[in-house]
Amino acid sequence: MNIIPILITAAALFSIGIYGILVRRNSVMVLLSIELMLNAVNINFVLFNAFLRDVLLQGQIFSIFIITVAAAEVGIGLAIVLMIFRNRQTANLNDFDLLKW
Amino acid sequence: MVNIHTILPVFLADEKSFGDGGVLAEYAWLIVVLPFIAALAITFLGKKMPYGGAEIAVASILFIFIYSFALLILNISKGVVNEFYVQIGSIGALDLEFGWVVDGLSIMMFFVIGAVSLMVFIYAVEYMKGEIRYTFFFTSLTLFAGSMLVLVSSPTLLQLLVGWELVGVCSYLLIGHYWEEKKNSSAAIKAFITNKVADVGLMIGIIMLALSAGTFRISDILYKATHGHESISKIAVVAGILLFIGAMGKSAQFPLHVWLPDAMAGPTPVSALMHAATMVTAGVYLLARMFPFYEGVAAPAKELVLLVGVLTLFFGGCLAIVQDDLKKVLAYSTVSQLGYMITALGAGAYTAGLMHLWTHAFFKALLFLGAGSVIHAVGTNNMSEMGGLKDVMPKTFKTFIIGTVALSGLPPLAGFFSKDEILASLSHEGYAGYFIVAVIGAFITAFYMTRAVVKTFFGEYRGEGHPHESEQLMTIPLVVLSVMAVVAGWVNIPGIYTGFTSWVGTRGIAIKEYHPDSFDLTAMSLGLLSAVTGILAAYFIYIKFGNAETGDEKIRLQPVWKILENKYYLDDLYIKGIVDPLKTQVARKVDKFNSKVLDRFINTVGLATAFLGKIVYSNFDQGGIDKLVNSVSVGTDNAGGKVKLIQSGRVQQYLTLFLSGVLLISIIIFVLY
Repeated sequence: MNIIPILITAAALFSIGIYGILVRRNSVMVLLSIELMLNAVNINFVLFNAFLRDVLLQGQIFSIFIITVAAAEVGIGLAIVLMIFRNRQTANLNDFDLLKW
Repeated sequence: MVNIHTILPVFLADEKSFGDGGVLAEYAWLIVVLPFIAALAITFLGKKMPYGGAEIAVASILFIFIYSFALLILNISKGVVNEFYVQIGSIGALDLEFGWVVDGLSIMMFFVIGAVSLMVFIYAVEYMKGEIRYTFFFTSLTLFAGSMLVLVSSPTLLQLLVGWELVGVCSYLLIGHYWEEKKNSSAAIKAFITNKVADVGLMIGIIMLALSAGTFRISDILYKATHGHESISKIAVVAGILLFIGAMGKSAQFPLHVWLPDAMAGPTPVSALMHAATMVTAGVYLLARMFPFYEGVAAPAKELVLLVGVLTLFFGGCLAIVQDDLKKVLAYSTVSQLGYMITALGAGAYTAGLMHLWTHAFFKALLFLGAGSVIHAVGTNNMSEMGGLKDVMPKTFKTFIIGTVALSGLPPLAGFFSKDEILASLSHEGYAGYFIVAVIGAFITAFYMTRAVVKTFFGEYRGEGHPHESEQLMTIPLVVLSVMAVVAGWVNIPGIYTGFTSWVGTRGIAIKEYHPDSFDLTAMSLGLLSAVTGILAAYFIYIKFGNAETGDEKIRLQPVWKILENKYYLDDLYIKGIVDPLKTQVARKVDKFNSKVLDRFINTVGLATAFLGKIVYSNFDQGGIDKLVNSVSVGTDNAGGKVKLIQSGRVQQYLTLFLSGVLLISIIIFVLY
């Protein structure tokens, strides 16, 4: 089984996610990019599970956990973005300076 | 590390075998610790409770009473000898140990303390109602009982000393309960100082014994003393006398008895507790605990014990005759009765001495509580302002009469058996002179008690106001104690039942003493005769040919009266002979030395120190330490100001930094491996 192409796909997905996080200014897009990164990790988990023929299916179970966590995280993240948008009429990350010293 | 271990009396194989007391003995520490916990609880919770903390005190004493009663039953049925030690440290080869001893003697003391304290506590709930510092009073009272339990439960001389001093402190607190009056606080100080003087003897004695025996454990010391241990034999007589000096202070023996009558300044329940179960019995207990020591190697010291005891019983009794203060009559009576106990122990009559302690505890507590009831009703201590109370206070009167008869020594009440046993032992041991004094003492006892009863309860009422019978909470303890005053003597009737002998004889080291198998008829008839004569004499003087007022005038004509009224001038002697010279001569010289030499020296030292201090302050403190501290804080502030710029609040900047960090680490790892 040739895993290299799949690994490259996952790495590419991950890099796109990082790129999105770093350069996008819209916070919704940043959240989406985070989803991309998590999915890249999921792909890796499932891939290695199949590659190592793990009868316990640990990789797949773990990816289900990640999906769950990602869903919860998006829920909370979007809620935060929504609240900030309501207060400031913007979703631009550069305008969020609440954590500044 | 706490290390509880028990020594079953292994070296006592030659003696009768006793039970080890089982669980009951193992947890006997509870009754010693409980009063202290109760005292804490009363201090912190007492004021919020409906009875101001008194209920905690009564409950704890009730537990102690029940526990000691169980122990007593166990001791009667099987006999209990056991000791427990907890090591808390050591000085050189000397182990510092606390613990508890459960044997016949300590169980008897537990029971006396538990029973009398219970009655006194219940009584005090009513008697002290509305008095100042009510809660504090119960705290001290509980501590007082607890300290006495520490004392009588101690298997080591060290713990005994601790309990001994605790009792002294608590007595100071209680005697000075009404410290707003100068007289009362002086009485408290007097009691404390007099005891302290005696305690020096005890302390030196304990140190001598512990060093020569190499241990603080009483049973070890007694074992060594009775088995010809050389270093103990050498110091035995001196140590015995020193220990006895300690006992003289606590047990108010002539001439250190002066504190005890003044201790009447405390509330009456305190007097009752102090004179019956706690404090004054400590000296008797000490002699009884060390009995094998006095009986063996320290035998010469016993002669002194006997002499002091007889002197005390006679002179203390005489003083009781002239008192007008009802409580002081009882106080001197206690002095006299303690003299009897010490005499008995000095004569080698172990059981007789303890028997008298046992019976005396009950009827003296009864008499004091009765006196308290009277004082509560008429509002004065002076018998010249009492009289005719037998109809208004029937319960108090009846119980007081029982106490009087018991103390006078008429059969079949308690005092008869114990006093008779002392007389019988004295005559058996061949102390004819002392025997006669003790018989005369019985006469005096009966006389002053009858006088007190007549002046208090018979004739016309001479005071003001309308006295009335006390509340039930006060009369119930009187009734219970009067029952005890009747039956307490029946535990040791020669020839019929001698249980008490074996109760208190249950000891690690067997007591060797003479114990009469039947009544000594001569001693008994003489003792009885003198008691009856005493009562009759008082009857004739105060009722038949006179009354309560004129009676005193008849005996006042006697030349000894003045000496007695001035308490043998002992207080004067102490003031003029010791306190005044100290105040005038010594104190003045010391003062001169103080101002001329010491003060100048101290002033010079002070000035030099101040000068030195100034130098140190400006150079070392300000220049060195302060500057260092300041620069550290300024440096931290500056650094913080620079570093905080990183915290821009921009998430993406953080992420960039984070990622570059991760990359950097990855590269480093990649390059290295």
